[in-house]
Amino acid sequence: MDGYAVRAEALEKRYGEKRALDGFDLVVREGTVHGLLGPNGAGKTTAVRILSTLIRLDGGRATVAGLDVARQPREVRARIGLTGQYAAVDEVLTGRQNLEMFGRLFHLGGRRARLRAAELLEQFDLTDAADRGVGKYSGGMRRRLDLAASMILAPAVLFLDEPTTGLDPRSRGEVWDSVRALVAGGTTVLLTTQYLEEADKLASRITVIDQGRAIADDTPDGLKGLVGGDRIEVVVAERSEIPRVVKVVARVTDGEPEADETELRVHAPVADRVAALTEVARTLQDEGVRVEDIGLRRPSLDDVFLRLTGHRTEKEAAA
Amino acid sequence: MSAVDLSTTSARSGTYWALADCWNIVRRGLTHYQRQPVNIAWQLGFPILSVLLYGYVFGSAMKVPGGGNYTDFLMPGMFVMTMAFGFINTATVVVYDSTKGVIDRFRSMPMASSAVVAGRGVTDLIVACAELAIMMLTALAMGWRPDGGLGFLAAFGLLLWLRFALIWIGVWLGLLVPNPEAAGGLFAVAFPLTMISSIFVAPQLMPDWLGWIAAWNPISSTAAATRDLFGTPGGTGDSWVEQHALLMAGVWPVILTALFLPLAVRRFRKLSR
Ligand SMILES: Nc1ncnc2c1ncn2[C@@H]1O[C@H](COP(=O)(O)OP(=O)(O)O)[C@@H](O)[C@H]1O
Ligand SMILES: [Mg+2]
Repeated sequence: MDGYAVRAEALEKRYGEKRALDGFDLVVREGTVHGLLGPNGAGKTTAVRILSTLIRLDGGRATVAGLDVARQPREVRARIGLTGQYAAVDEVLTGRQNLEMFGRLFHLGGRRARLRAAELLEQFDLTDAADRGVGKYSGGMRRRLDLAASMILAPAVLFLDEPTTGLDPRSRGEVWDSVRALVAGGTTVLLTTQYLEEADKLASRITVIDQGRAIADDTPDGLKGLVGGDRIEVVVAERSEIPRVVKVVARVTDGEPEADETELRVHAPVADRVAALTEVARTLQDEGVRVEDIGLRRPSLDDVFLRLTGHRTEKEAAA
Repeated sequence: MSAVDLSTTSARSGTYWALADCWNIVRRGLTHYQRQPVNIAWQLGFPILSVLLYGYVFGSAMKVPGGGNYTDFLMPGMFVMTMAFGFINTATVVVYDSTKGVIDRFRSMPMASSAVVAGRGVTDLIVACAELAIMMLTALAMGWRPDGGLGFLAAFGLLLWLRFALIWIGVWLGLLVPNPEAAGGLFAVAFPLTMISSIFVAPQLMPDWLGWIAAWNPISSTAAATRDLFGTPGGTGDSWVEQHALLMAGVWPVILTALFLPLAVRRFRKLSR
């Protein structure tokens, strides 16, 4: 399998005039979490649906676990797990009934399907809710059940399409924990997300996708380096204060402070975040500068985007 | 990692697994009814209400051509209506599964994809048997007295045969409509389609043009044929299609299946586009 769990070359997918994928390339190393990062409409779901054999590709070539998705879909399906953007479990059945049904449909047979369901309920911390209807589950529980269903055969490759979209922060943390545990067990994960933070937390490598094309492929640190990592940001009350603030900020940054005259904002990249913040806050106070706001800002997907493409994500552009 | 042996290589044939997959989908469908028995009550609610309404409220005012008791005339029509509305249930489940991603999960698994649709069909037929049994017991309680024997079984078979044909319309519509709410709207289409038939009123009592449409409505043939087989008054008109009700009750479902099965399959295949 040459060390790669996923290999996609020049994938094409057209919907009428729209090119959902337009020469998309991706390689995912075995045993890693790979993030596929991009704004709404970038083509993430389309890529995942092609790799998980749900839709046919119009051009290019893709292998998953060393198998060709177009020519050996059945074999691919026996080696993958898929958790879509929307939890694809049966809402009427109980959690246990769901896992047992999927287990039987994975051809485990009744007895092993029951044992495996019990095991997964335990692993995903759903034992207490096992015999309740899924319709009564919280969003986080549902997503965990969905993950459990994807893990029935302990797949070689797991596709997670925006697994935490729509979840509250606590449930999001629970899903992250589950994903980490899976990777510790040896599963390769391809995770799509719109949040740089999520990709940063989970993935060891990130591919940025825009308009159906991979526009960057790097480690999280590498990507953050592109936009200069965390930034300190000071907002002042009057324009005349800006030069003084720039001088203070310059002392803590290894880059160049940037000043935004209209928004009365000064910002600069910082390495030692807390030390820089304390230093700047104290100095500004000592010098009696009137500060409206001061804080640290993590680079967002929008920053990465702006840097890579020169344009904002479409959501921003529309706003 | 897992204490359970997860190997799935097996000596069993593809046909074995296709049948096993189908049965597992059927089990799922039946478990739904077990967990939500009230759904059967909903599905039977309208026909039973109609029986009460038409049988008792309008019963004395309704005429059966050639004479006879209106309740006796109505009952087989109610069975047909229950079967006819069944396609809405099929469509509702299918649209729910496809929009909520359940069908996608099935399709991402190494199971037979034909089982997704076949399993739905078998489930619907089993449920149809249960519905017919409940309807018939209600009818018996209200004084309906059909002929027993082979004719009765043949009538039961014709009702299921109609339901079978309607599965494909249901699957096709379920994959066509955009969301479960829209599937609810199908009732508004189904209701007039069942009214313009011989279910409630004999076509020859309608205005000519309407009576002609009603007579050629596929469900009218099943209604007329089962009335005949149950030995209850029919008031059969003298148009060709009414004279050959038994034949047409067999033929209409074939035509419907020939039309809608390929459409449903095409729609299902389209999911992978
Ligand atoms: N079935 C479809 N029919 C038409 N257009 C589609 C279809 N699926 C996706 N698209 C389009 O392809 C582009 C990529 O969509 P998608 O892969 O869902 O993006 P993402 O998951 O990154 O938000 C979007 O512009 C979307 O509108
Ligand atoms: Mg998406």
